[in-house]
Amino acid sequence: MNTSLSRGTKIALWVALALGFAVIYAPLLVVLVNSFNADRAFGWPPSRLTGQWWAASWDNAGVRSALWTSVKAGLGATAVAMVLGTMAAFAVQRYRFFGRDTISLLVILPIALPGIVTGIALNNAFRTVLAPFGIELGLFTVVVGHATFCVVVIYNNVLARLRRLGTGVEEASADLGADTFQTFRYVTFPLLRSALLAGGLLAFALSFDEIIVTTFTAGAGVQTLPIWIFNNLFRPNQAPVVNVVAAALIVLSVVPIYLAQRISGDARTI
Amino acid sequence: MRSMRIALTAVAAVVLVAGCGGEDSGSASPAGGGGAAGGFNPPNIPAAQSVGQGEGQVNLVAWAGYAEDGSNDKSVDWVTPFEKQTGCKVNTKVAGTSDEMVSLMKTGQYDAVSASGDASLRLIAGGDVAPVNTSLVPNYADVFPGLKNKPWNTINGKSYGIPHGRGANLLMWRTDKVKPAPDSWGVVFDANSPYKGKVTAYDSPIYIADAALYLMATQPALGIKNPYALDQKQFDAAVSLLKQQKTIVGEYWSDYTKEIQAFKSGDSVVGTTWQVIANLAQGEKAPVEATLPKEGATGWSDTWMVAAKAQHPNCAYKWLDWIVSPKVNAQVAEWFGEAPSNSKACQETSDKKHCETFHAADEPYWTKVHYWNTPIAQCLDGRKDVTCVDYSKWTQAWTSIKG
Amino acid sequence: MTKAPSLPGGPVRRLAGLLHRRPGLRLSVLLSAPLLWLIVAYLGALAALLLSAFWTTNVFTGDVVKQFNTENFRALLTEEVYRRIALRSIGVAALVTIVDAVIAFPVAFCMAKLASPRAQRWLVIGILTPLWASYLVKAYAWRVMLSGSGLLNWAVEPFGLSGPGYGLTAVVITLAYLWLPYMILPIYAGLERLPNSLLDASADLGASAFRTFRTVIWPVAFPAVVAGSIFTFSLSLGDFISVKIVGGAGQLIGNVVYDNIGAANNLPFAAAVATVPVAVMMIYLVAVRRTGALENL
Repeated sequence: MNTSLSRGTKIALWVALALGFAVIYAPLLVVLVNSFNADRAFGWPPSRLTGQWWAASWDNAGVRSALWTSVKAGLGATAVAMVLGTMAAFAVQRYRFFGRDTISLLVILPIALPGIVTGIALNNAFRTVLAPFGIELGLFTVVVGHATFCVVVIYNNVLARLRRLGTGVEEASADLGADTFQTFRYVTFPLLRSALLAGGLLAFALSFDEIIVTTFTAGAGVQTLPIWIFNNLFRPNQAPVVNVVAAALIVLSVVPIYLAQRISGDARTI
Repeated sequence: MRSMRIALTAVAAVVLVAGCGGEDSGSASPAGGGGAAGGFNPPNIPAAQSVGQGEGQVNLVAWAGYAEDGSNDKSVDWVTPFEKQTGCKVNTKVAGTSDEMVSLMKTGQYDAVSASGDASLRLIAGGDVAPVNTSLVPNYADVFPGLKNKPWNTINGKSYGIPHGRGANLLMWRTDKVKPAPDSWGVVFDANSPYKGKVTAYDSPIYIADAALYLMATQPALGIKNPYALDQKQFDAAVSLLKQQKTIVGEYWSDYTKEIQAFKSGDSVVGTTWQVIANLAQGEKAPVEATLPKEGATGWSDTWMVAAKAQHPNCAYKWLDWIVSPKVNAQVAEWFGEAPSNSKACQETSDKKHCETFHAADEPYWTKVHYWNTPIAQCLDGRKDVTCVDYSKWTQAWTSIKG
Repeated sequence: MTKAPSLPGGPVRRLAGLLHRRPGLRLSVLLSAPLLWLIVAYLGALAALLLSAFWTTNVFTGDVVKQFNTENFRALLTEEVYRRIALRSIGVAALVTIVDAVIAFPVAFCMAKLASPRAQRWLVIGILTPLWASYLVKAYAWRVMLSGSGLLNWAVEPFGLSGPGYGLTAVVITLAYLWLPYMILPIYAGLERLPNSLLDASADLGASAFRTFRTVIWPVAFPAVVAGSIFTFSLSLGDFISVKIVGGAGQLIGNVVYDNIGAANNLPFAAAVATVPVAVMMIYLVAVRRTGALENL
């Protein structure tokens, strides 16, 4: 393609791409190397490499329980976001009503406003509204907080897919005698599945790595992985474990991302 | 559209609930908004009458190094024996400053707190802690008399906590980078410091008292007698000293592990510290030393207090008794580097001269250490002719000092 | 057409039929949950926060005094330090956005136009993977790299230079690094939609590369850049954690809010300070709505 671009420009662009990726991955390589660094304060260059941190992390009970809590919170938030996001996307795409344009603005608000504002607003609301009912800050409030900003990711994906699908298939299904629920179950949902999956993976990633809102909604007993990392970031004994956890996450995350790309088939939905 | 209108009404409802709900009616804030230490009436909260079965869990707010469970150093652990003996699982939230402790206790999710003097009165006045029935804490009898019935832990004759120990804020420096070895706070306040960009200071408004302490020695004309009782003129002098200090500060710290890491990597070479931080840094092979400078220092006298709405009060009382028992109190005092509160602990320390080094029974020594205290409008040094600057102004000033 | 045989009308089917006949009811059902969540819970929480900004705290006891007054806002507007911090934060956010846009654009363009479809998929995966590395760890990696004994100093020392150390520059570098993928992806998506034929036509008509960029590519890519900037601007505006990690002695508006919530236990004042970034973002969002960026997310 592109005979329109001069060779010089093309080379410059490829170099820019390479530099960009180098910049993105350099710190990650530093993290990876530091997870083997024998020096606990990570002086550079590392004088000695060791695998002891990887062994220590495996035994670390704090990491394992924090990881499990993060997974639970992520799954919960993604599930809720899927339901809410799909409903909102259907409403906006298929109907016309007053305030329709504001919905996009509204949905993006939780992710567009600074996390600390969302965090303290939710914290304040939970303490005044839920506490009298005996619902303390805990995993439930974390899921609520995360779901609020995960909705937009699902919403956008489903909206884009619905736009492409059009209403023809659903009308055909109704003509053939399927009721509303059957149409959704047998016709619409399978067509939406890949969009939901791609959006769900991104929503899970957002929830998994979230620290700011979580600090305010988690309360005393709940430690998600980012909170565990935050508490242990500077501790001499634990900092190497933190590096190991991060390195492991980077390596492991390639799989779900690759799957998401294959499934969505559409590389552009964020 | 109808659903929009319904939604808006619901929003208004939430706002109203949040606005009218919540408990602030029970606060005993005296007219004028500030109570005099010892001269205010705390809310009437009953102390426990008996300690029953443990509830299986206890949530603590503690200073770093007060509730060690072996994760920092395998041999330093007095939490696991406690858990084994009482069946109360300990969850500790380490707080970096007294302000954090006050706000954590306000969430109502914690059962006990190791409060310094600048937090204890605020907690008492705010109704966040209950009086402690000292007869339920057998080890209280052996606490040094010099720590009992003090203005920061006893109000109107009612005891609000069990003394934990006391210590001073020290000056730490990298022996390989800072020469000669400093003996004065001047090294961190020197505008032309050779260590510009590598000085560190404690990140809390209470640090203004450290500046006032330095001015006490270097500018006696200001007439500062108590670093927590500053009239406007004295306060402004302290603030401008700190604004000048900001130009040489590299980082402020409230997370003790961040300070350890900064000293180890050499990004900080001199600044305020606690003995435990110096010990840990030395354990990490960082070449540091700590000392009490000649001008004296600010310090703390900590009290373990029980939350007013503690969900695990029995375990909390068991913890209080445990932490001031001779052997455990000795372990904490040695790990943290402070003077223990239990007189019998002095026989249990592994270093037999620990109590001597830390002046555990040396009351005249503690007159040089100015315990953290909450500044209030009524001057703590007894002056009646001026109003002193209260802590809310200290907090605002701290933001403008950091710029 | 023959009438379809009537199937047994169970309650589910009757409900489905009811929904089918009444689109208004369907719409209400669809909108109810999301709106309840977003408007009542989220906006309600925000409104309650704004309300509390008009209260004060009794500093000695730490309890909130629920009397309406504008003391917090007065302090916010009159004291110079808050103005300075707010402007500094907006400046940092803007700088981060510009740096990211400058780096992201060539990368995204190369990905969208020069790479083969198969390579594109792997490149996108390559961009998305770092998002899974914890934000904190990445910030901490920069702390280590920017340290006096870290990678950056080690690299530039032979040239007689020294790294920026901790401070505002370090914050900009770290934030620009953290949000780069959020800028690359929307631009990539936007450029993908740009037909190659337009570029070929422009070249055929004799336009230089720069002219093509200015008149053909940029107008199409602009909404995508703005979409990416929403993320980078807002994420940088409220950030306080990176500042704590690499910011040295500096503070941004997020830190002021955080310190007032936690250390100072002054929720009303923190809420008042928080209205500043909220107001800035609202203005920003309303302004960009017209550029159509919201569809490009």
